[in-house]
Amino acid sequence: MDAIHSEIRTFLGKHFRAELAVEDDIFALGFVNSLFAMQLVQFIEGQFGVEVESDDLELDNFRSIGAMGRFIARKRGE
Amino acid sequence: MFALTDAQRAARDRARDFVDAEVVPHADRFDREERIDDALLRKVAAAGYFGASLPATWGGTQADPITYGLLFEELGRACSSLRCVLTVHTMVAATIARWGRPAARERWLRRLAAGEAIAAFALTEPEVGSDAAAVTTAATPAPGGLVVRGTKRWITSAQIADVFLVIARLGDAPVALLVDRHQPGVVVRPITGLLGCRGSLVAEVALEDAHVPEDGVLARPGFGVSHVATHALDDGRYTVAWGCVGLLRACVEASTAYAGERRQFGALLREQPLVQRLLTDMLVQLKAARALCLGAGAARERRDPGALHETMIAKYFASVAAARAAADAVQIHGARGCGPDAPVQRYLRDSKIMEIIEGSTQIQQMMIAASAPRDAARCP
Repeated sequence: MDAIHSEIRTFLGKHFRAELAVEDDIFALGFVNSLFAMQLVQFIEGQFGVEVESDDLELDNFRSIGAMGRFIARKRGE
Repeated sequence: MFALTDAQRAARDRARDFVDAEVVPHADRFDREERIDDALLRKVAAAGYFGASLPATWGGTQADPITYGLLFEELGRACSSLRCVLTVHTMVAATIARWGRPAARERWLRRLAAGEAIAAFALTEPEVGSDAAAVTTAATPAPGGLVVRGTKRWITSAQIADVFLVIARLGDAPVALLVDRHQPGVVVRPITGLLGCRGSLVAEVALEDAHVPEDGVLARPGFGVSHVATHALDDGRYTVAWGCVGLLRACVEASTAYAGERRQFGALLREQPLVQRLLTDMLVQLKAARALCLGAGAARERRDPGALHETMIAKYFASVAAARAAADAVQIHGARGCGPDAPVQRYLRDSKIMEIIEGSTQIQQMMIAASAPRDAARCP
């Protein structure tokens, strides 16, 4: 999981200049606009080989580095 | 230097032959009559172009993003009205495939791929344009799904569309809904006399408690703009950008041909320095716009999250360049370029539309500027 967190943190670091803790809420921090929300989906799909489906679109799946890590693990059946 | 693959070149040549035979001879008439022939739309369907954004599993003809773009370059070279109709159809089809419920995919995608049903994108309202999240069209729960009420305006293809991808609100949540046109709650009023893209079958759509089944909601409520509309508009921007490359090509081809036959002051126009400057700028802008579109296509091919941004840059540059080139093409043609039989005057009117649709020039500038520090840091 640490490796997944690291990759997500690197991706987010290209977009925000902030040191994010694993459970920091990127929506509450105001980092996400509609374009970036879609980029986040594309990043997760491309980087981790999972498909984000219609029912997966819940803020709780994308809210933080930790939330995205848990979502990816769940999609991979881990 | 980017080189097309043999398959991409073959698909481009096929599209070019189709467009030269079936579209170029009629494009000025479509503009004058403010509609595209049904016969042409049937030929577009037979050629498989309505399915260009859908995989074979849905009966589509989807290839790689560059091949997809090259089709729209050829369409844009010939007829921006037809290109607009194909842009909204393919972007809605791709969005249903991406975010639609299984039942909605089953209901619509094969028919859309075959051109047996036409799709339109209904976001803009009389009082809402660029600020998509501010739409006032309202959905409310009803037996079996939702009903939706509101007015959408400037909707491409609405005169012939069978299904609308409608951006609305469910309470405070933005929602994206598939509305079947064939029901009493959908009233379509054609809009004529547009500046450009006059054949693109634009209409106002009044939704008067139109029914939407439960499976007609794309994604979850709350994600209608951030994910559904963004996905659709991204696809649309990509094909509009390529269409602008085609429009630029049409301007270059018409202008170089005319400058090579027209004499003034004892010399051909192409020999005159001030005309040479216009032709040079037009050609350089064409090459730059195509390079940006190819870059955006390559980013889409490798599923780079930055592809949305690259597409936005390509659309911004290509649309502005097309508008400038079309104005210069009319200038080179002089009075002849202003006449009713001159395609360049159509190019000029159509090109202005390119700077407005799928995100205006100013919206693109705001979005591109917001990412400028990161982009600058990534430049090699």
